[in-house]
Amino acid sequence: MAELMAAGEEPEILFWVGCAGSYDERAQKITRDICKILHHVGIKYAVLGTEESCTGDPAKRAGNEFLFQMQAMTNIEVLNAYNIKKIVTGCPHCFNTIKNEYPGLGGSYDVIHHTQLIQDLINDGKLKAEGGESFKGRKITYHDPCYLGRANGIYEAPRKALEVLDAELVEMKRCKSNGLCCGAGGAQMFKEPEKGNKDINVERIDEALQTNPQVIAAGCPFCMTMLSDGVKLKDKEQEVKVLDIAEITARANGL
Amino acid sequence: MVSQIIFLILTLAAIALFTVNFRKIIRNIRLGKDVNRNDQPTKRFITMMRVAFGQSKMIVRPIPAILHFFVYAGFVIINIEVLEIMIDGLFGTHRVFHGLGGLYDFLIGSFEVLAFTVLLACVIFFIRRNILNMKRFKGVEMTAWPKSDANYILIIEILLMSAFLIMNAADAKLQTLGAGHYITAGSFPVSQFLIPLLPNTENALIILERSCWWFHIAGILAFLNYLPYSKHFHILFAFPNTYYSNLEPKGEFTNMASVTNEVKAMLDPSFVPAETEPGKFGAKDATDLSWVNLMNAYTCTECGRCTSVCPANITGKLLSPRKIMMDTRDRITEVGKNIDKHGVGHDDGKALLDDYISREEIWACTSCNACVEACPVNIDPLQIIMELRRFAVMEESQAPASINAMMGNIENNQAPWKYSPADRFNWAEGN
Repeated sequence: MAELMAAGEEPEILFWVGCAGSYDERAQKITRDICKILHHVGIKYAVLGTEESCTGDPAKRAGNEFLFQMQAMTNIEVLNAYNIKKIVTGCPHCFNTIKNEYPGLGGSYDVIHHTQLIQDLINDGKLKAEGGESFKGRKITYHDPCYLGRANGIYEAPRKALEVLDAELVEMKRCKSNGLCCGAGGAQMFKEPEKGNKDINVERIDEALQTNPQVIAAGCPFCMTMLSDGVKLKDKEQEVKVLDIAEITARANGL
Repeated sequence: MVSQIIFLILTLAAIALFTVNFRKIIRNIRLGKDVNRNDQPTKRFITMMRVAFGQSKMIVRPIPAILHFFVYAGFVIINIEVLEIMIDGLFGTHRVFHGLGGLYDFLIGSFEVLAFTVLLACVIFFIRRNILNMKRFKGVEMTAWPKSDANYILIIEILLMSAFLIMNAADAKLQTLGAGHYITAGSFPVSQFLIPLLPNTENALIILERSCWWFHIAGILAFLNYLPYSKHFHILFAFPNTYYSNLEPKGEFTNMASVTNEVKAMLDPSFVPAETEPGKFGAKDATDLSWVNLMNAYTCTECGRCTSVCPANITGKLLSPRKIMMDTRDRITEVGKNIDKHGVGHDDGKALLDDYISREEIWACTSCNACVEACPVNIDPLQIIMELRRFAVMEESQAPASINAMMGNIENNQAPWKYSPADRFNWAEGN
């Protein structure tokens, strides 16, 4: 972003990568695929790079409002300084926080999640599913991330991205507004679970595997970790792939 | 005349007692912190009509939804009959509305059908709760009282509807006998089947008809006064509760204004925050919660839809959103009782956090909003959990060690993991 600014240019959209997308090895792949999609359709985008910083989401859900607002205000200062108007995020938690909680602190932007971007591109005819891996007839089940689904009512965008693949879309019993959490939300990602009789991600994977999928589609880097761990635990890594919507889209287009 | 006076005294006493207890609940709710929920009145009204009046969120589970609709519609419509009973009771008349003729016959007939469906639904509900052993009606919070409370409600409703139908049957038989003031009025599509079971003498029938009449109205007045002590209070509070429910996206948590001032002052030394009264961050006791949280607690009818979809509860953790609501209600009721006994400001050394809700419960939440989505009357258990977490973290610095580590990482490295901020852009170099 700093380079673009120095050249006196403004991006059409800022890609907010997020901490998982920046540091987590698995999520980094998704980040690169989102970039490939943006590049493929010729959108002029920018990233903040080292100027990006945690949105404060995990701190806020853990109850640390101080830390959240410190992060938020620092980020808002950076975003406003670059005169950012539109943001696409790679993570539903970043998406929810910037979209819903930043405006009250002085940061109002048009924020979309990457699955919404993909849906828009498909609707505008700029993105298809051709020239790459064929998903035709493959069984895909989609896991709704809580902070995209229930938290913000976005259920159709990710499904739209899968529909164009001509794949066989199968829903889990608990889906959309009734979707079961992967177990990572509310800062659970960063702690051991409380005492119980099962891990939440295992409960979810059991349900996902009941649909006999070849691909479990995700839209959140935290869900990705939880679901991948679950598949690993069930020793199904060979038969079942956990892929982000962005990865599936990039693959289908041979990017 | 004597019976009219007894009726008047009974009715007035019941209304007076209910008013006293109702006002106590309102007072208790007002112990909560202020929060503005007076914006967007049209949207709020529509939400109330859709969710409370239209029962839109019940449909998710069709069987209980249909049964519940029978009871709901039956109870609301049959209450028109109560108006007639009131007038008859006060003025010594009998079936005062019979002048409506055909319409009256139609009304009484439909009341009978509704009474029967209410009765049937309550019997099925009773079987579901006590014989079918459904998981939703169990759990740590479903102790002796909540279980009895649910059964009392069902039994009272079954008895009230039975009395109504037997009363009509006796009346119908008296009408055919041409007894006294029992003028021919009403139609009896359900109670006609009870007539053969009734005694044949006029005296016995009159005693039966009168006892059922008195039992029915006295039962309704008693039930009214049972409401403030019961989960059944939802029949009243479902309406304001949905009206004042959160209209923002569920993922949006409130930004604490008190914190904003401090953070602004920290980032910009020249910023002078407006004087605000010092309060604590988050909630330790029920009185630290907002009045909406407390109204939620009084509205909860302990159906357990929240708990049955909670990922933590499903996987055997201690957390149960229903328990959060029940604990909040129990605690604020206790605080209210303390005020009645000792006056305002009495400290009983107890609090919602730790004495009712444990740390283990609040830290098991994934903030997934499934409980909020599931509640048929828009109760928000998540907000209470978050307020308790805020207190634990900001007032006590008592979070699980790994959460503290995560927050330390954000402070030092601007990411929840221990990576160097300088490496944040390294993803661009991989393949």
